[in-house]
Amino acid sequence: MSINRKGIEVSIGAADAVAMADVDVIAAYPITPQTHIVEHLSEIVARGDLDAEFIPVESEHSAMSVCCGASAVGARTFTCTSSQGLALMNEIVFIAPCMRLPIVMILANRSLSGPLSIWNDHSDVMSIRDCGWIQVFTENGQDVFDHVFFAFRVAENPQVSLPVIVNMDGFILTHMIEAIEYWEPEMVRRYLPEFKPVNRLHPDKPVTMGAFGMPNIFTEAKKAQNEALLSSKVEILRAWKEMGDITGRYYKPVESYQADDAETVFLTMGSLSETVSIAVDRLRAQGKAVGQIKLRLWRPFPFEEFRLAVKNVKKIIVLDRALSFGGPGGPVASEIRAALYGEQNMPVVANFVAGLAGRDVTVNDYIAMYEKAEPFAKGKVRQDDYIIYGVRE
Amino acid sequence: MEPLNVYASRLITKEEYFAPGHRSCQGCAEALAVRLVAKVLGNNVVVCAATGCMEIVSSPLPFTNWRVPWLHVAFENTGATLSGAEAGFRVLIRKGRLADKKTVFLGMGGDGATADIGLQALSGAFERGHDFVYVCYDNEAYMNTGIQRSSSTPFGATTTTSPSGKAKPTGQVTWKKNMPKIAVAHNIPYVATACSSYPIDLMEKVKKAAAKKGPAYVHILSVCPTGWRIPPDRAIWIGRLAVETGVFPLYEVEDGKYKITQEVDELRPVQEYLKPQGRFRHLTPEMIETIQERVTQDYKKLKTMTGKFNTPDKV
Ligand SMILES: Cc1ncc(C[n+]2csc(CCOP(=O)(O)OP(=O)(O)O)c2C)c(N)n1
Ligand code: SF4
Ligand SMILES: [Mg+2]
Repeated sequence: MSINRKGIEVSIGAADAVAMADVDVIAAYPITPQTHIVEHLSEIVARGDLDAEFIPVESEHSAMSVCCGASAVGARTFTCTSSQGLALMNEIVFIAPCMRLPIVMILANRSLSGPLSIWNDHSDVMSIRDCGWIQVFTENGQDVFDHVFFAFRVAENPQVSLPVIVNMDGFILTHMIEAIEYWEPEMVRRYLPEFKPVNRLHPDKPVTMGAFGMPNIFTEAKKAQNEALLSSKVEILRAWKEMGDITGRYYKPVESYQADDAETVFLTMGSLSETVSIAVDRLRAQGKAVGQIKLRLWRPFPFEEFRLAVKNVKKIIVLDRALSFGGPGGPVASEIRAALYGEQNMPVVANFVAGLAGRDVTVNDYIAMYEKAEPFAKGKVRQDDYIIYGVRE
Repeated sequence: MEPLNVYASRLITKEEYFAPGHRSCQGCAEALAVRLVAKVLGNNVVVCAATGCMEIVSSPLPFTNWRVPWLHVAFENTGATLSGAEAGFRVLIRKGRLADKKTVFLGMGGDGATADIGLQALSGAFERGHDFVYVCYDNEAYMNTGIQRSSSTPFGATTTTSPSGKAKPTGQVTWKKNMPKIAVAHNIPYVATACSSYPIDLMEKVKKAAAKKGPAYVHILSVCPTGWRIPPDRAIWIGRLAVETGVFPLYEVEDGKYKITQEVDELRPVQEYLKPQGRFRHLTPEMIETIQERVTQDYKKLKTMTGKFNTPDKV
């Protein structure tokens, strides 16, 4: 395997990967911090290096709708957005998986208005938690690059046939220059077969797509959709394994750092994970039994792997990058608590909501959170306890 | 024209692509229009439909009335789903992954899906110049949700959200949005109005629209007995009156040039059109006069645009 490492802005790398995947239709509408990805893609198409239809739609609602139409006729389809754009396309985001359309979307995570903010957190993706797409989080530029191929491969797998969202943190990843190992075209060919849709809209074999469901069939349709998402996990694991065999990088639904003998673990998603790892090292140097769990696969939720990863843990510090107003804490923490409910030796969950709209969370902040969470013990923390960290009083 | 119409109807295919057995109301002239359009376009078509009566009557899972490929995603995005399907086909053919077969991309939506909530997506599709035919089935209200007003509801019509009451006697107080003119403003190669009471005219226009390269728009007045409060067996007759009174003139705009396709020598009084319809029952003679003035004026304007009439005060 030859190694072709480039220092490159992660957005450019992501766009290059989409082009290397030989995508057929791209529909997107500009929004910070997603813009560099689609700008670069339109450039690649204009140069003639990628034979694709780049459709500069008039809104994100139309972007997702164009993707539905294109995917329905059997084209490999890509879009990319952030926060308000995702909110605007929301309606169609929920329809695509029900129709089993294997669209790939990069979500350059940004906070939802209001107040308006262009900076990074996870309030956008958490608003579509239950949309039915396969959803993964990435930690660095290489992750993003690799997961573009992964996303197409999983989405278009006839056993799956579901859309996939690759989350990448806005600015922290999109605008960062990182070292990325580019795949050789031969690796892409090996990993990503040609898209052969299960059904396609074509006069040769007429099908009806998007029929409506009466109460006597709706529940069955939804159960089938849920089962498709649940059973996609087997193919997700296979896709990661085979990617590892090609690249040497083996990804997992739940990844751990220093967690084997840890009593307390931080649970992170996305790009914060790297900073947390440094905090873990510092705390370890002070003799604390601290580790880290990273949730890479968000949907389908990896219950089994997660429970196994925290089997011997006494406390989980969950970092949420979004707030569930009036609810039981951050959205991730409430899922984690639900996943642990009824387990023997259920760990205590300390929930910090931090890093909203690009607010920096430093290594020292994580150490401070660890200390704040020290008095949290069994019987003392309620399910709905949470702390909004770093509020200027 | 009349004898030709009688003869020509025998030439129409017996094939039904919009199959019988759908669930529309009796006498629905919108379903008739859908059926005629489907007949013209035949097999080699991909249809993208908006939410609305025609979607609901034809696609109750696990059944379908569509013998041609048909896609429904949502209410307001047909312009966009259609763009995606058309572009997807084009690129797959270019890349050699689909056989190069002439396929017509047909968009269909009600007046709400077209002139209101879906106007943006359709405008985008027109502007980008995808190769498609978009048909608006205009029954002058949101019928599927129970006869609410749209921007295409005519002045004076009552609907469930433009009722006539003591304080507001008129019913709908705004004038019908001129959707064909909005389409023309996009400089697309073909725009036409049609009505299922004139099937040959309608079918010829759809055929023409399909033959054009680029976006084409056909706006079909589709009489809805349920929403217009008329007996089901009067739908065709009411559609004829809409044309003969000048309320809904039949014309086409080919590469920017206007042409009236169903000439009316002398317009009948609008009252003949309004009186039989329950939705206009409350209108006072003054209101009818207001409508008459507007219809006469609009018809004059249209005639001027055809270039035949340069003296607009003569009709
Ligand atoms: C975003 C959204 N808003 C509202 C609706 C509810 N809705 C479904 S069909 C419809 C009216 C359709 O009216 P029109 O397009 O004129 O078609 P018709 O039923 O009259 O043929 C409405 C309001 C919806 N499905 N989606
Ligand atoms: S409500 Fe009107 S348009 Fe809808 S099916 Fe009935 S008659 Fe046809
Ligand atoms: Mg309508």
